[in-house]
Amino acid sequence: MSRKSLTLLIPILAILTAFVVSSLLIFMAGRDPVMIFQKMFHATLGSPYGTGQVLFKMTTLVFVALAVALPFQVRLFNIGAEGQLQMGAFAAAMTGAMLPAFVPPLAAITLCIISAMVTSACWALVAGVLKVRFGVNEVIATIMLNFIAQGITGYLLTWHFAIPSTDHTPPITAAATIPTFDTVTGWFANSPANLSTLLALTLALLFQILLFHSRYGYEMRAAGMQPDAARYGGINAGMHTLTAMGIGGAAAGLGAANLVLGYKHYYEAGISGGIGFTGIAVALLAGAHPLWILLSALFFGVLEYGGLTVNAYIPKDIFMIIEALTILLVITFSALGRRWLHEKN
Amino acid sequence: MSVAIQLRSISKKFGNFAANSNISLEVKEGTIHALVGENGAGKSTLTKIIYGIHQPTSGEMIISGKALRFTSPRDAINAGIGMVHQHFMLVPELSVTENIILGNEQSGLFQRIPLKKSKEQILKNAQAYGLAVDPDALVGNLSIGEQQRVEILRLLFRHAAIMIFDEPTAVLTPAETESFFATLRSLRDTGKTIILITHKLDEVLAAADMVSVMRRGEIVGTLPASSATKAELARMMVGRTLLLRVTNPEPTPGQTILSIKKLGFRTRKGAQKLHDLTLKIRAGEIYGIAGVEGNGQSELLQILWGLVPEGCIISGEALLQGEQLIGKKPAEIALMGVSHIPENRLRHAVITNYTVSENLIFGRHREPSFHRGIGFNNHELERNAAEMTTIYDIRCGSPSRQPLSTLSGGNQQKVVLARELKRPAISLLLLAQPTRGVDIGAIETIHKKILETRSTGVAILLLSSELDEITALSTRIGCLYKGSIRHEFSQKEVELKRESEYEFHKEIGLYIT
Repeated sequence: MSRKSLTLLIPILAILTAFVVSSLLIFMAGRDPVMIFQKMFHATLGSPYGTGQVLFKMTTLVFVALAVALPFQVRLFNIGAEGQLQMGAFAAAMTGAMLPAFVPPLAAITLCIISAMVTSACWALVAGVLKVRFGVNEVIATIMLNFIAQGITGYLLTWHFAIPSTDHTPPITAAATIPTFDTVTGWFANSPANLSTLLALTLALLFQILLFHSRYGYEMRAAGMQPDAARYGGINAGMHTLTAMGIGGAAAGLGAANLVLGYKHYYEAGISGGIGFTGIAVALLAGAHPLWILLSALFFGVLEYGGLTVNAYIPKDIFMIIEALTILLVITFSALGRRWLHEKN
Repeated sequence: MSVAIQLRSISKKFGNFAANSNISLEVKEGTIHALVGENGAGKSTLTKIIYGIHQPTSGEMIISGKALRFTSPRDAINAGIGMVHQHFMLVPELSVTENIILGNEQSGLFQRIPLKKSKEQILKNAQAYGLAVDPDALVGNLSIGEQQRVEILRLLFRHAAIMIFDEPTAVLTPAETESFFATLRSLRDTGKTIILITHKLDEVLAAADMVSVMRRGEIVGTLPASSATKAELARMMVGRTLLLRVTNPEPTPGQTILSIKKLGFRTRKGAQKLHDLTLKIRAGEIYGIAGVEGNGQSELLQILWGLVPEGCIISGEALLQGEQLIGKKPAEIALMGVSHIPENRLRHAVITNYTVSENLIFGRHREPSFHRGIGFNNHELERNAAEMTTIYDIRCGSPSRQPLSTLSGGNQQKVVLARELKRPAISLLLLAQPTRGVDIGAIETIHKKILETRSTGVAILLLSSELDEITALSTRIGCLYKGSIRHEFSQKEVELKRESEYEFHKEIGLYIT
C-alpha cells in the first residue's frame, strides 16, 4: 500500500473505530446509537444553522490551533493559547466598549482586532522572553501565564468593569461587531458563524506559506529541528523563538475577536471555555501543519457542537467520554500509522 | 593453535538488504585479527552477530569448538566473548570498581556487594596487563584512555577469552594508542583472542596478526598482516586502485589573509583554553594545526566563527585582511568571505531532515541569487544542486526530494564541502576534520578539492586529528599544545620532511604531547 493511501486510510479507520466504540457506550447507557447519531448529524452538518454553529466553533479552533502550531515548528510547546485567548478577548471587548459611536465599522473592527492581537501576542511573548533570556521552560511558563490571565481578567471583570449584577462587560459599539454570514449573505440562518471564518482560512493559508515557502520558515524550522546547526548557519534561534511565540499569540488574539466581536459582543466570565486547550489537540492531530489544521478543527468542531445537540437524549457525561475517547483513538491510530510507515521504510 | 571462532556461511538480511552475505571466517586462538572495510561494508553487523546483538539469517557459528546460537549478548558473555564499543558503556557517576562489576556482582539481590574482593581481583588484573587505573576513582573524572582501560578490565573481570574492539583508537591520543597496542599484545600473549575493527590501515599493519577485508557485506580476503601492504588493503576495500596520498602541488602563497595575535580564551570557570596563540595564514596556503583533541582547537574555531559561549573571556586579536573578527556574529563573518566546515557536521553543518538542495544553500540562504519573493527561487536551487552534485560527485537520486539523512557520510561531507567552497568571494576557509567518518574512497576526492581550492588563492586553516592528513595537505604546520603554538614547521621544512612520513609524524608527536 502506498504512503498516500495510508495517510488517508488511517484517520478513516480511526473514526470508524470511534463510531463503533461510541455506539457500544450509548447502547450500554440504554439509548439507541443510530437514533443519537442521526439526531447529531441533523443538528450539525445536516442543517444550515447547525453548519453555522460548527463553523463558528471551527473558526476559534483554527486560530488557537495555529497559535500552538507555529511555536511547535520551533519545538516550543505553547500550552498558553487559553490564557492568550482570554487576554485578547478582554482587550477586544474593552476597546469595543470604549470606542465612541461615530467611529465607522471598518475602523472600529480593525482597532478591536488589533488590540486583541497585540494583547495576546504580548502575553505569549512573556513566555518567549522568559525562555530566551532566562531559559525558563515554556510549558511551565505558559501554564502559569494561563492562571495569571484568568486572575487578571477575572479581577478586572468582577471588581471594575462588569455591569452590576451580571458577569459580563458592557457591550461593544455596534460598529465593532463582525457581521455574521446571516446578515451579509443570508447563509447559516441565526447561527453565530461570522466573517472571521474567512479570516481563519486565509490565516491558515498564510501560515502554510510562511512556514514552508518562505525564507523565514526555512530558518525557523531549521532553528527548531537543529538549534546548534542553525547557530552555525548564522540563524538567530532566539529571535525565531520570540517571533514564533509572538505571531502565535496574535493568532490566538484573532480567535478572541471571533468570540467577542463576532458572537458575544462583550466579555463574560468563562468565554473561552477551555477551547484554547482543545486547540492543542487540534494542532497536534494535524501534525502542526496549517492546512491540515483546517480539517482537524472541522472534526473537533463537529464533535464539540454535536455533543451539545444530543444533550437531551443522552447524559452529558457519556458524551464527554465519547468525545475524549474519539480524540484518543484518532491520535493513537495516527501514531500507529506513523510507526508502521517507519518500519516499512 | 586451535580455532576460537569459526563462522560458516553466515548471512544477515535486513528486509531485502543483505548486510552480510555468506561469510566464512576462522579466527585462531591467541591472535589479533583485524577486520577492515569501508562504512557500510558490514563490519559492525558481523561483530554484532558474534556478540549476540543480531541473529544471523542463516549460517552457523562455532565458538571454541561448540556450535552455538546466541539470542542476546548475555549468551555471548556466558560463552566468554566480550566487546568494547566505540562509545564506552560506562556509568560516569559510579567508581571504577562499581563499573567493572556491574552486571556481574556475584552476590544476591539483597546481599552486600563484595567490593573489597572485587577490587583485589581488579588490581591483580591491572598489574598483570599494565593497565594502571585507580579502582576508587569516579569514571566521570577519568581521561578517555583510562576509561578504555576500565572497559578492558571489565572484560578481564568477566574472564572473556575473546575480545572485540570497535574502532578503539578513534578517540585516543598517539601516546595512548601506543600503550593500547602494547596492552593488546600482552593480552594476546596470555592466550586471549582479539578482534579489532578499524579503518586505520597503519594500525592494522602495526598491531594485527591477520587481516580480513570486507566489502559490500562479504569478506573479500583474509591474509597475514606481515605480508600485506597499505595500498593492497586499500585496493581490496574499495575495489579499485587508490591514490593514498594526493600529490600536493607547489603552493604560491600571497598576502596575509588571517592574522591572529596573542589570542587568549578563558572559560567561565577560569580554565585557560588558549593563551598567546599567534599565527598568520596567507592566501593560497594551507596552515595545518596538528594537536591532540582538547588542546584548544574547538575554542579557536569558536572565536573565529563568532560562537563563543556566554561568559568566556577573549583577549588578543584575530584580523581578516585587517578587519577584526572577534565579537562578530557568524552571519557577518560569513559575509566577509569566510567559510566554515565544522568537525561535527551532522550536528552543526546540515539540517538532516532538509533535502539535499536545501542543505546546499544552508548558511548561504541569505544570498540574493537564491531568492525569489519571500521564498527561494526553486529553479536556481535545482540548478545549484545539479551543478554541485556533478562537480563534487555527490551521489544521490533526487536532490530536491531526498533528505540529507539518506546520504552516506562521505556524500554528506561533500554536500558541506561543495556549499562552503563555492561561497562567493571566499577568502578564508576554516576546515575541521574534513574526512572524519568518511570512506577511504571519498577521502581522495575531498583532498583533491581542498588542494584545488587552495590553489585558487583561498587561505585555509586545517584542523585534523589525522597526522597523515595534516602532513599531506599542509603548506605550513603549527603544533598546538595546551592552547598555544608550540612549534611551527616552515614551508621548506614541510616539503622536505613530507618525504619521510614516519619520522615526520614522530617529530610532530613530540611537539603535541
